[in-house]
Amino acid sequence: MSRVRIPPQLRGEVGGAREVPAEGGTVRELLDDLMSRFPGLRPQLVEDEEIAPFVNVYVEGEDVRTLDGLDTSVENGSTVILLPAMAGGR
Amino acid sequence: MPSYRELLQQVKAEIDEVDVTEARELLAADDRPLVVDVRELDEWTEGRIPGAIHIPRGNLESRIEQAAPDRTRPILLYCAAGNRSAFAAKSLEELGYENVVSLAGGYTDWKRSGLPTELPRALDGEKRRRYSRHVLIPEVGEEGQLKLLDSRVLLLGAGGLGSPSALYLAAAGVGRIGIVDDDRVDASNLQRQVLHSTARLGEWKAESAKRTLEELNPDIEVVPYIERLTSENVERILADGWDVIVDGADNFPTRYLINDAAVWHDIPLVHGSIYRFEGQATVFKPGDGPCYRCLFPQPPPPELAPSCAEGGVLGVLPGIVGSLQASEALKLCLGIGEPLVGRLLLFDALATEFSEVTLRRDPACPVCGDSPTITEYVDYVEFCSGRPAHA
Repeated sequence: MSRVRIPPQLRGEVGGAREVPAEGGTVRELLDDLMSRFPGLRPQLVEDEEIAPFVNVYVEGEDVRTLDGLDTSVENGSTVILLPAMAGGR
Repeated sequence: MPSYRELLQQVKAEIDEVDVTEARELLAADDRPLVVDVRELDEWTEGRIPGAIHIPRGNLESRIEQAAPDRTRPILLYCAAGNRSAFAAKSLEELGYENVVSLAGGYTDWKRSGLPTELPRALDGEKRRRYSRHVLIPEVGEEGQLKLLDSRVLLLGAGGLGSPSALYLAAAGVGRIGIVDDDRVDASNLQRQVLHSTARLGEWKAESAKRTLEELNPDIEVVPYIERLTSENVERILADGWDVIVDGADNFPTRYLINDAAVWHDIPLVHGSIYRFEGQATVFKPGDGPCYRCLFPQPPPPELAPSCAEGGVLGVLPGIVGSLQASEALKLCLGIGEPLVGRLLLFDALATEFSEVTLRRDPACPVCGDSPTITEYVDYVEFCSGRPAHA
């Protein structure tokens, strides 16, 4: 079980939670678990079966794109951060 | 009990002295000594040996270790006539400095021999008072404050993020602050945009910012650009010359545009963004870390990216994130510390939690990568509006 940080833009899809537990030994399994319970997240996270280019996924502070992408392994108890681009400055 | 003259002679016999000709040779050598002027401030401000640093005799023992941590480094000391520097050399030898010489005849002989001198730049009395809390910090000091007064920072947006960063940069004495904003002050801004006020409703934000900042600090110049940054005006605005850009924009097209411009002009870009209770900050330093496109290759489709105007923002949040941006900008101007390069700082005001993730330069980045595919400005509104086939 890992803890997934949900950014404020996506909290509406998970009932407002800031953090949601999810199961999976890889990023793919973990996101599948998450999206099966919260289907509204899918278009915001995945595009063409890959992580969407406007969102970053960090496992223990490292961008999984710089690791093995969706195949990056996730150890039990890891912190996973979902981070969509946000432009607000005013 | 020896007289002053006897003591001086005794000290001079124990230290190494060089005359002006020898000093000149030392300064031309590869292993150039650190030149320390031990005179008083009023003497120093009237002229010095080029490249010298100033540590008055009275502060020598307490400050020399910071200026010369390596005790084997050669040091040339001078004062007006070579007497104070002789005592100073003796003190440094007692502190374990191995390679210290005193300039016999001092600055007077140096100048009389027609050798080059320079006028050190110094803060006048008024500025010394205004910036005294900066001058006291060893990492800033008088030199650092003079550097800030020479620095030029461009701010995108005089809104939530721009307000605190502009205020602190102006207060810190950043000599030239450019502000790009095409908006007018609206009542809904005043919950967080502390540059403006109720009396300024309806005014251009860039003009309102200029008035606020120049009232805070008359030493600085504020250049307002009442326009939205576009591919058409970006080169003109950057041609005015900026050392650091602080991005407080509120939309993706501007953020991608300024990113590309900053990479091409090799200007560090201090990024900040906010939404509701959460904010992010990082520094994109060309050649030394990733750029915005490495972080987010593409903007989200508009329906997935609510702005603060749609989603709201806690009033103080831009105060915190914008202040972090100001802190990074000041560090970049001064060349001190560890800027937020390659690190994205995340702040959650509800949980009161800072976290950090690692950012890496993408060798395949279309702008800052090894083989860039985007080498000139594109239509950023179009790039951010739909789903381009490739970016």
